[in-house]
Amino acid sequence: MATLLQQLINGLVLGGLIALIALGYTMVYGIIQLINFAHGEVFMVGGFASLATYRYFLPPSWRSDWWLALPLMAIGGAVVAVVLAVTMERFAYRPLRNAPRLAPLITALGVSVILKEVVRLCYPGATAPVPFPRVFIDRQFRFDFFGGTVSIGSTAILMIVVSIVGAIVLQTYITRSRMGRAMRATAQDPDTARLMGVNPNRTIVLTFTIGGALAGLAGVLYGIQITNVDTEVGFLYGIFAFTAAVLGGVGSIKGAVIGGFAIGLIKNLSGQYLPGGTQYDLVWIFVLLIVVLVFRPQGLFGEPERVRA
Amino acid sequence: MRNQTVKAAVLVAGALLLAACGTNKTESGSGGGNNQSCDQSKGTLVIGVIAPQSGGLSALGLGIRNSAQLAADQANEKCAVPGYKLAVQTEDDQATAQVGAQAATRLSSNANVVGVVGTLNSSVAQSVQPILKGKNIVQVSPANTNPSLTRGAEYGTAPKRQFENYFRVCATDDLQGPFAAKYLVGKAGKKSIAIITDGKTYGEGLAAEFKKQAEKDGAKIVATAKVGEKDTDFSGVIGTISGSKPDAVYYGGEYPQAGPLSKQLKDAGLDIPVMGGDGIYDGKYIELGGKEGDLATSVGAPTDTLETAKAFVSAYKAKAYKDDFSAYGAFSYDATNAIIGALTKTVSGGDWSDAKRADLIKNVQSYSAEGATGEVKFDEYGDSTNKLLTVYKVSGGKWVADETGTFGG
Repeated sequence: MATLLQQLINGLVLGGLIALIALGYTMVYGIIQLINFAHGEVFMVGGFASLATYRYFLPPSWRSDWWLALPLMAIGGAVVAVVLAVTMERFAYRPLRNAPRLAPLITALGVSVILKEVVRLCYPGATAPVPFPRVFIDRQFRFDFFGGTVSIGSTAILMIVVSIVGAIVLQTYITRSRMGRAMRATAQDPDTARLMGVNPNRTIVLTFTIGGALAGLAGVLYGIQITNVDTEVGFLYGIFAFTAAVLGGVGSIKGAVIGGFAIGLIKNLSGQYLPGGTQYDLVWIFVLLIVVLVFRPQGLFGEPERVRA
Repeated sequence: MRNQTVKAAVLVAGALLLAACGTNKTESGSGGGNNQSCDQSKGTLVIGVIAPQSGGLSALGLGIRNSAQLAADQANEKCAVPGYKLAVQTEDDQATAQVGAQAATRLSSNANVVGVVGTLNSSVAQSVQPILKGKNIVQVSPANTNPSLTRGAEYGTAPKRQFENYFRVCATDDLQGPFAAKYLVGKAGKKSIAIITDGKTYGEGLAAEFKKQAEKDGAKIVATAKVGEKDTDFSGVIGTISGSKPDAVYYGGEYPQAGPLSKQLKDAGLDIPVMGGDGIYDGKYIELGGKEGDLATSVGAPTDTLETAKAFVSAYKAKAYKDDFSAYGAFSYDATNAIIGALTKTVSGGDWSDAKRADLIKNVQSYSAEGATGEVKFDEYGDSTNKLLTVYKVSGGKWVADETGTFGG
């Protein structure tokens, strides 16, 4: 029982992280039908940017006070990630907006390679894990549960809370605000939206901004939770997040969050209870994905592909 | 149209610039050993190094490269090979077999490459060995510890030499694993042990040997689990083993995963020592979360206690390399010197040619000297006759030698 609860908690923590990254994937796809494969790298750069904030911009006296250090690092990571996402959109994707769909996809892969190498130039040796400062409260909460001990760390709680709050705020913004309406309009039919006075470029930049900010935030949370960061994490978590977005239905906010948590839970529970153990946990994730796509090609909450006239 | 051309030109120029910066990053030989009093009229002979220069294990790989460079520089100063200058050519294998094979192919296509020092990883060695064998190039590894590389899959019962041109200067896992088990079960008194491996040649081999001896000594293996090479979140694995209440974890693998794993074990309420092999014996392990009381075995004696090692350490420090010599620096130094020593004998004032390769291998086989790691000598399988091993313990945030000895079965 205790083991089950422990693995559920572990799964939720991992799921929260994946959900934060998946939101960016899903929003960008919803609005310009582009699978931004460099998005995982934006998350990775966010982690390194917050590390740089800590190393070069934080006065040493502030480092021990987490309510000072953590928000500043989060802002540092998010700002760099946003600038990166917007730059990427402007120079790599906008020129190709009316090109065949494969072109921006290949560009995205190219951008992700560039980002990895740039981080390597700034942090030589970052292909190996670089220790990340433990700026948040480093505490483990333990409680007894049906004859076993279950533990959850303060960073893990933060991860779950931030991802759920982030998703709710985002959903509210998209459904209630003027800009949110513009985003939905552009996603539905960019040409008509333009005729109605919506500026599509502004809307698309905003989408990249929000996705980038969430990915940067995820980078900081990853750093304090795992306590190290390297250039390869973008790829692995990018794949997880992409799968989560597809599972939930690309373009759906709710779908990305539920997909993220589903993958986190499947990974941990299958490693514990299914034959093959942790060696096969990734296999089960993709088994689930294939099963869902067979019955619902648009994903759990996605809308069927529209035919554009 | 013109606009397009300009754009394309700018793009190409930018890429070229980046590429130029990229190649500039690799440090050339430190310029040492350009001793003009030596006769170097016959040209340059190259010693190849294949080790990870980037990625998770680069700390170890850079130590291997620098130490090989040091040996070559010293040889040049001493005019070790009359008529020739020695140079070191380092190839990054990124700790992957496929890249290692490319590196070996590149080196073996160069007629001036006399021998290769490498690799770090046993899994990479498996793909490098046949390529170098094809060209009859001698290979001396400073760090491969998997026993099957020299004695074949049946190394315990029916050992058979695999490659005439392959040697190594370090003790193997069939000694290292049991040595660790003896310590952990006997001296530390751990009776229920969980084993976690990373699925690579080195980690699996080491853990298998450890398991045999630990069970023989009366410990119970209460759980086994595998982690992925790119994993960073080990909560799932830790959950699967925590139910069986182990009092120690033996990890078959390397420090990029082992360090964070140790920390996450502690966070999950399992404050038990993690023990591993030479793959986790590095300062980086502690930086990444390795905790007080964790253990590692490593090949050889501690570098700072052997008389023969002190000279190496001070020479290395004098060169002021950017990176520490790490776990295998001394071994790499000895491996390079074995090649150089044999080369001196092979060339002996004459000219180097492809026909001399077989002689060079023979001379490495019969090589014997006191090196930085103690006795450097090879048995009939190409294994080192030096079977010293050391257990290190993390204490005060550093690896401290705890026990040195040989495994006596």
